[in-house]
Amino acid sequence: MLIRFITLVFLLLSIATSSFAQSDPKALIDQLGKADFKQAEELIGQIAATGDPRVVPALNAFGEGDLYARKSDGAVFITKAAGANFALIDPLTGESAGEAPKAAMVKLKINNNLRRVIRSAMGGLTLLSPDRTVRLQAADAVLRSPSAENLELVEAALAKETDREVKARMEEARAASILISNRSVEEKRAAIETVASLGGRGAISILMSASSSLDAALKPDVDAAIAKIETTQAFWDMGQNVWYGISLGSVLLLAAIGLAITFGVMGIINMAHGEMVMLGAYSTFVVQEAIRTSAPHLFDWSLAIALPVAFLVTAAAGLIIERGVIRFLYGRPLETLLATWGVSLILQQLVRSIFGPTNQEVGNPSWMSGAFQLGQMQITWNRLWIVAFSLTIFLGLLLLMKRSAFGLQMRAVTQNRRMASSMGIRTPWVDAFTFALGSGIAGIAGVALSQIDNVSPNLGQSYIIDSFMVVVFGGVGNLWGTLVGALSLGVLNKFLEPSVGAVLGKILVLVLIILFIQKRPRGLFALKGRAIEA
Amino acid sequence: MSFKTKLGGAMLAAIMSTTAFHGAFAADTIKIGVLHSLSGTMAISETTLKDAMLMLVEEQNKKGGVLGKKLEAVVVDPASDWPLFAEKARQLISQDKVAAVFGCWTSSSRKSVLPVFEELNSILFYPVQYEGEESSRNIFYTGAAPNQQAIPAVDYLAENEGVERWVLAGTDYVYPQTTNKILKAYLMSKGVKEEDIMINYTPFGHSDWQTIVTDIKKFGSAGKKTAVVSTINGDANVPFYKELANQGIKAEDIPVVAFSVGEEELAGLDTAPLVGHLAAWNYFQSVDAPVNAEFIKTWHAFTKNDKRVTNDPMEAAYIGFNAWVKAVEAAGTTDTDKVLDSIIGVSVPNLSGGYSTVMPNHHITKPVLIGEIQADGQFEIVQQTPSVVGDEWSDYLPDSKDLISDWRKPMSCGNFNVATGKCGGKGS
Repeated sequence: MLIRFITLVFLLLSIATSSFAQSDPKALIDQLGKADFKQAEELIGQIAATGDPRVVPALNAFGEGDLYARKSDGAVFITKAAGANFALIDPLTGESAGEAPKAAMVKLKINNNLRRVIRSAMGGLTLLSPDRTVRLQAADAVLRSPSAENLELVEAALAKETDREVKARMEEARAASILISNRSVEEKRAAIETVASLGGRGAISILMSASSSLDAALKPDVDAAIAKIETTQAFWDMGQNVWYGISLGSVLLLAAIGLAITFGVMGIINMAHGEMVMLGAYSTFVVQEAIRTSAPHLFDWSLAIALPVAFLVTAAAGLIIERGVIRFLYGRPLETLLATWGVSLILQQLVRSIFGPTNQEVGNPSWMSGAFQLGQMQITWNRLWIVAFSLTIFLGLLLLMKRSAFGLQMRAVTQNRRMASSMGIRTPWVDAFTFALGSGIAGIAGVALSQIDNVSPNLGQSYIIDSFMVVVFGGVGNLWGTLVGALSLGVLNKFLEPSVGAVLGKILVLVLIILFIQKRPRGLFALKGRAIEA
Repeated sequence: MSFKTKLGGAMLAAIMSTTAFHGAFAADTIKIGVLHSLSGTMAISETTLKDAMLMLVEEQNKKGGVLGKKLEAVVVDPASDWPLFAEKARQLISQDKVAAVFGCWTSSSRKSVLPVFEELNSILFYPVQYEGEESSRNIFYTGAAPNQQAIPAVDYLAENEGVERWVLAGTDYVYPQTTNKILKAYLMSKGVKEEDIMINYTPFGHSDWQTIVTDIKKFGSAGKKTAVVSTINGDANVPFYKELANQGIKAEDIPVVAFSVGEEELAGLDTAPLVGHLAAWNYFQSVDAPVNAEFIKTWHAFTKNDKRVTNDPMEAAYIGFNAWVKAVEAAGTTDTDKVLDSIIGVSVPNLSGGYSTVMPNHHITKPVLIGEIQADGQFEIVQQTPSVVGDEWSDYLPDSKDLISDWRKPMSCGNFNVATGKCGGKGS
């Protein structure tokens, strides 16, 4: 016991002393294998201080969690999974060092704090990289976590920089670093201006965090700069909110548009509508699984492939429901409501039995991940695509209803069934296919919703109430009403949310709709004429 | 005699014959009830616990059962319907004569069955983290109380990440509300200013997180290190994390620590953009302990699926079940009163390599683990505390700071007020 204690003390001592004495990057990296979080933080600082560009891949790998120590001798390697083994790469030279079974390696632990330290260290190290994008990233990293130590590095890099964009970014990074350094007041005043010209929340954040350590003389400058940014930001926030509203509205539109046909046009209170959306989402999941196992390179196309599949699956399900249940219940809305409610429960439990009750992972293709910046607004790609997608579906449906033979028959049947029948239209089949169309549209909505919501057997339930709300609000039997209803509800919701919170916002929207329906029972765009009496 | 009464008679006879059969069977088995939703919204979480219970029963039977008798699990489905929980609990205790019940997930379901267990004097083992502020003679809380999960997580962020500004985001119901109340009181007692705390509630199943994530970003740009403490429940988590990832909020900038997100919830997500966000639990599947490796192996064999993950409530169910088995063996009977006496002080192994003890306040001791999400959907443990005793009455709420609970005789009180020296006060 005593011996063990003494060796432990020696070991600790050796780490402590050696970490001060050494500047050999290889030895420093190997020490990472034995260090705890605090020691690792110091070691990263020392590794970065060597200024040796060869340490960059090792630090990168550490940040990514790819750095492992060999259990037998404590040597540290960058690893890549190779079957049951790890392919080992020397952390400094980047040369292959053979393979090792996974069990023989132990991962170097990393936490958020270390990741931050690495990010900032990497920023300093890669400022002089020959690669333009790497330099840009490095300047970004310094800008995001500025430190007084990096200031001279940034200035050195700035002196050599020729690329305009990188240079501008480095100027900003330099300004952010100056604010927390011990430079003169004049330099800092100029720096405040540079940072302020950046605009946006990022600039406010840099200024606010620096303001506590700044000279009292600079306080008014900082406050003025922040106030100026805040004013422009308020304008952008407004735009951002409108965008959020449109995006929420497009989701509502997607969920409701199928219902606008089955409920709006045919008058069927279809409680299983949400389950059609769910079936569409599960079709996406199945398609993606098939692609993952058999043709992974097609993954980015998975949604495009899932669309027709989801449409066919849900349209078929709709057809079966219409032929099997609903056609016996036309003209008896209460019984339809109960029967379709039963169908929805059956479908939920069916999916639960087949796929299990847990969420299924539906991946985002690369073109639907991330966001881009529009001024000071951030727009996420998945929302943008969903807005575009829902509008496309809407227009497609409008064309189908107004310009195709099937649409004509559909409208004829809903407006005057007996007349349509006497004109030779097979009304039962038109009913069946109209219902199938509504269900199929719900299915492709499910494909899109699988990108933002979870794919679980309960998916449909969360949309059914919203869908009915939109259709009733917009005016039963009118596609344009559904569009306007969805978008206005979305925007209204998003304008209420920041001021009263999500919970109260939702309640207020419901209350407003109830009041509105009292005033205009047929919704925004009421159909006029004989059609509504039928 | 009409056809209907005949039919009724036949059904009655059929029911009687099945109960008779049950009676004959009951002679050499001990029945335990499993009360978890297998349908409805909560099935997503609770089905796993039902499977875990069946596995534990099977394993115990392989070891020869309890008191020389085989165990028999009676599974009922309360269908995520809170009043139905009470009905099914009554059925389990009165009709099926189970010796103990393992079940419930939401606090609402627990509150619904609590009077039934007290009235019929049976035992419930509740395996999920909850808000505290409750102590019943007939319930054992093997999940985490707020001091076994929320407070250590906040401490970790303050100490290791230097967090000074806090967003407390939760779903709008009792667990997040109470937990956030406790956390707010705790943070303010640590000197955090009121303007540095933002509390936000969202409805169940909230799926449009754009505004809230933007608000979080805005709140986080005040120049102080900001973190989000999330008590967002169940299904709402997936869209929340997707929005975080898409808006590019990295764990290094604004970490999110969650109390309701475990391996099971991450299964529906691509976790690569979420690496570094945290969760606080008493168990992670990634715990490096032989007993855990064995447990995972058994679980995979039982479910015949080596992708099924294990999670914290499963560990709580495991501890509760083993504590009950040990208490029954010590008492030599499944009689409720005797088991209630013998279970206090019982220590059983937990899955993080230590031991958990059932305390007189019907909570248990266990370590608190803080984990960071990894790209493979597992957690990397960045901190593990020594064992912490579950505190049912929070010390940070004015209503409950003077209350303690001790179910040992002669005190036998769930809400003893140390200030007045009397049993009674808030709660039951």
